Amino acid sequence: MAKELFVSKSDDLQDGDRKIVPNGNYEIGVYRVNGNLFAYQNVCPHQGGPACEGLLMAKVEEVIAEDKTYQGMTFNHDEMHIVCPWHGWEFDLETGDMVADRKFRLKKYEVAEKDDGIYVTL
Amino acid sequence: MEIPTDHLNKMSVAEFDTSKLLINAARQRDQRGFDKTLIIDVDCHHYENESMKEIVEFIDDPVLRRTAQVYSGAGTGANSPFMMGSPGSQDVAGRVTRYPLRKMDQTPDDDKHRDIHLSLKWMDAMGVDYVMLFPTPMLLLGLHPVPEYEVAMSRAYNRWLTEKILQEEKRLKTMLYLPFNDPDETYKMVKDFGDREGVCGFMVVSTRYKPVYDNAYMKTYSLIEEMGKPLAFHGSYSWNDHLLGNTNRFLVTHALGFTVFNAVHMCNWIVNGLPERFPKMDVMWIESGLAWIPWLMQRLDNDYRMRSSEAPLLKKLPSEYMQDMFYSSQPMEMPHDMDILEMTFKMIKAETQLCWCSDYPHWDMDVPSVIWDLPFLDERQKKNILGENARKLYNMDVSDRFPNYKPPV
Ligand code: FES
Repeated sequence: MAKELFVSKSDDLQDGDRKIVPNGNYEIGVYRVNGNLFAYQNVCPHQGGPACEGLLMAKVEEVIAEDKTYQGMTFNHDEMHIVCPWHGWEFDLETGDMVADRKFRLKKYEVAEKDDGIYVTL
Repeated sequence: MEIPTDHLNKMSVAEFDTSKLLINAARQRDQRGFDKTLIIDVDCHHYENESMKEIVEFIDDPVLRRTAQVYSGAGTGANSPFMMGSPGSQDVAGRVTRYPLRKMDQTPDDDKHRDIHLSLKWMDAMGVDYVMLFPTPMLLLGLHPVPEYEVAMSRAYNRWLTEKILQEEKRLKTMLYLPFNDPDETYKMVKDFGDREGVCGFMVVSTRYKPVYDNAYMKTYSLIEEMGKPLAFHGSYSWNDHLLGNTNRFLVTHALGFTVFNAVHMCNWIVNGLPERFPKMDVMWIESGLAWIPWLMQRLDNDYRMRSSEAPLLKKLPSEYMQDMFYSSQPMEMPHDMDILEMTFKMIKAETQLCWCSDYPHWDMDVPSVIWDLPFLDERQKKNILGENARKLYNMDVSDRFPNYKPPV
């Protein structure tokens, strides 16, 4: 049977919060964003940095007009990125895919709420 | 401290500790047994601007010293007439958090300089035994319009570095910054500081507009060759450069800047026959990654075969001279197809000529596992690249860290 790792009480992880919990040799980063929970191993596929300890940032997009001219840049809050603090690789919060090269991804875990607690399935 | 994550939101960070940031590097160190491997980092940095108040006291000229004292008051170095700024975004606009958080890193309040504590923190985490320590903002000093300022600042820095840092901590060494815009002062620097403790070689920051073939440098090269220490060219960038000024994203400014200046000096070095004029001198190229070398080897060989009359001192192909030189590894390009990297290693004779470096704490740093984990290297090759090649190049005594160390036979 799959083992479960207790993360926190539900109330202790509010929307926008992140918690890093130890799991064996490494940690797991657990996020609650826009009501959804996500969990990833805190190890970056680049050089092994603690990806979940970096910033959580909105995707940056370029604004190109009808006539193909560049009109600046903006943030897209519908796609949030986990940013590894070692070199800045960015990962899609929803899938764990590295956004610049989807051959790389963070190791993803199932995470769910039950009995007022948050649990990661190992 | 709060770091903006977009135009509206911020992330707040209560503490920052290099040892904690690098805990996964420490795990890699232990998994790979780096305690049994000599690791010499041939290129890492500190932020000398944080010690500017101390450094300027070493400026000889009283008028320049007084000027520097006035502008180092804030400790930032930002507006000092001695420092060249260049626009840039090395920390990827705050995403590489060790830049904005650096000031929060705690170090013991003892006799040791904070620079020593900070350096040892990341060295211990990665399992690095010795480093060549280089400055950071001073990497743009070669662009200063007045050579006198580069000379005054670099002499003060070299005195401070050798007396206050290197003498205090044997694991920290340097290749001495040379004020290359003034050939006579460059010679004097080598003469005055070349034998000081911890000076393992000499370093010219490539980002400047001085050709290496100028006759004015020949006496310095002769002296360096006589001393038996290597000369390195260290890449850097300038967004103010006319060519790089055409780039509008720092990604490109960096990718090109750190290679182009070194590539120009490399070409001049070879076609002017400097390897023939100074056959015993070891030359090293730092912080341009590796992919530029096969490109330049092929390009130069091709042109040389058609125009050898323009490079009459050469006795072999440019690529063969390039194979005699040394290269630092970072930032090492990691293609999906490992055959490409393996071929690059073959072309530069990595087994004897490549030296790992971290460039820590800069944003595109490499940990030692980038070499250790390469599938096409055997253990001896890995150990050569991580430490043995550098030990031989610098003729380095490693007994401080390894009292029982015996070089492999
Ligand atoms: S280790 Fe994560 S970006 Fe490099």
